[in-house]
Amino acid sequence: MKPVFTYYRWLVLLLVASFCLVPLWATVVGGFKSTGDLRTNALGLPRQWLVDNYISIVSTPRFWQMLWNSGVIAGFTVVLTLLVSSLAAYTLAHLRFAGRKWIASYLTLGLTFPFATAVLPVFIRVRDLGLLDTYWGVILPQVAFNLSFSIVLLRSFFAELPKELFEAAIMDGCSYPRIFLRITLPLSRPILATVGVLALVGSWNNFLLPLVTINDDAVYPWPLGIMQFQGQYSTDWGKVLAFVTLTMIPAITLYLMAQKQVIAGLTSGAVKG
Amino acid sequence: MPNPTLIEEASAKKLPQPRGSLSSGLRASYRSGSLTTLLLFLPPALVLFTLFVILPVGEASYFSFFNWNGYGHPNKWVDFENYLRVFGDPIFKQSLGNNGLVILVSACIQVPLALWVALLIADRSRSSIVFRAIFFIPYILADVVAGLIWRYLYDGDYGIVGTIYRWFGQDAPDVLAETGWATAALLLVVVWKYFGFHMALFIAGRQNVPYDVIESARIDGASRWNITRFIVLPLMRPVVVLSLFFSLLGSLQLFDLIIALTGGGPLNSSHSAVSYLYTFGIRRMRVGFGSAVGVVLFIICVLVMLFYKRIFMRESASSK
Repeated sequence: MKPVFTYYRWLVLLLVASFCLVPLWATVVGGFKSTGDLRTNALGLPRQWLVDNYISIVSTPRFWQMLWNSGVIAGFTVVLTLLVSSLAAYTLAHLRFAGRKWIASYLTLGLTFPFATAVLPVFIRVRDLGLLDTYWGVILPQVAFNLSFSIVLLRSFFAELPKELFEAAIMDGCSYPRIFLRITLPLSRPILATVGVLALVGSWNNFLLPLVTINDDAVYPWPLGIMQFQGQYSTDWGKVLAFVTLTMIPAITLYLMAQKQVIAGLTSGAVKG
Repeated sequence: MPNPTLIEEASAKKLPQPRGSLSSGLRASYRSGSLTTLLLFLPPALVLFTLFVILPVGEASYFSFFNWNGYGHPNKWVDFENYLRVFGDPIFKQSLGNNGLVILVSACIQVPLALWVALLIADRSRSSIVFRAIFFIPYILADVVAGLIWRYLYDGDYGIVGTIYRWFGQDAPDVLAETGWATAALLLVVVWKYFGFHMALFIAGRQNVPYDVIESARIDGASRWNITRFIVLPLMRPVVVLSLFFSLLGSLQLFDLIIALTGGGPLNSSHSAVSYLYTFGIRRMRVGFGSAVGVVLFIICVLVMLFYKRIFMRESASSK
């Protein structure tokens, strides 16, 4: 590469990188600063590293309760999304039966509109089922709204698996449910990871649905908790920034550990068009 | 109910199809497990999907004709009054306008920026991989987190805006408390939060441009700029269309970020369609009114989808 291009490339990239990172940097160090320090020194290192903000948050059981709530909701959402959508996708990919096309396009109707358009009736449904202020009131609608896209992704992957495998298995007298467990699922790990990541991140960050269906702060997932915390301490930014930093840790850890799957999962809409 | 005479797709090609009576066909289906599969594997998805996705959308359009606070049964039929109120509300128009602004900024700033950066880091060098990882970080954060971070940065007394103004010896304006500025501030956060997503799409698109085409152009003496302008960009057109489509859809769902950053204020000037729906429909339990907003949003989404399909089909037809 020519040196001029190299300089230009580095200049642009470093500028954009600082645009991305400076806000995060200011947040992380902000949690260690006193109010006076925050006022006069937003960007630099803290003049004195205060850990009080972090410690006071980590030592409240409420904080851990919120993370636990989010974790349980996300865990069930991922497992159920994978289970329910792979079962349906498998049936639609490998069995021929009357109404198959009809059912397949029915299940993809969900791609057309976002959750927000139906939020009020979903709230009323959840309430009438007696699921307000429970994990299930968040999990079930989340799984339902994940289904369309997950089924589209899984079905096209299942359909592209080598046909010879199925033929051989059927010749050997292997039943469809066994084929699903022994052949399809093990071969589909990459796409299952993609769908799983998508469901995980979506559930972990979800705000609107729990905002509507959860009122009891013992069941609050962390995005509701963080907004409540901010409302409580409003401009005591040191505390708020420490809280924000602590909640970023799980997301960034997961991202750094499984970067490839995370990016693939979150941009999977592009792959399938 | 689906027809129980099942034909196994995989075996259909090689094995002769049993042409027995209905009951022997059923027995064969049972033995291969295909009937069990059908009866056990599909219903969970169908039930959940119908209960929490399809029925609610239908109910939204039903509720939207009532004046209802959500308790008991809806019984005050009001014709189109909710819709008239939605369309007559200047705040709703402004909210939709803000959605439009987000799309505009996305198309004019975010997408070009993402494309530009993506072309600089689409190779497999170590520096590219590191930068790619960095640029994607804002996207993986929750919207509420992004909103709170920037709420701090914009705070005139603290944050970066305050610092910058103090460098020049001036008092910072409270960005989020002034109409107009609050919306502009929101747009910047949208660029910060989502440009990494578009960049990832473009990197994938750039890596799909066949290497030999570029190599042969290079051998023919084409400059880097000309290769980009005449080969790479035209081949990436479908990805650009896709990315614009995502910003359209994303804008129509924008909610968490607004609640965390501005709460829709000041004077309700920075709402999006969804935060409008939440603030004026859900928080006040005006189910009929909120459902009407939902239905309007739904119709917009369907129109966007149809529009996109048309464009995309034309794109893929012309590229063949």
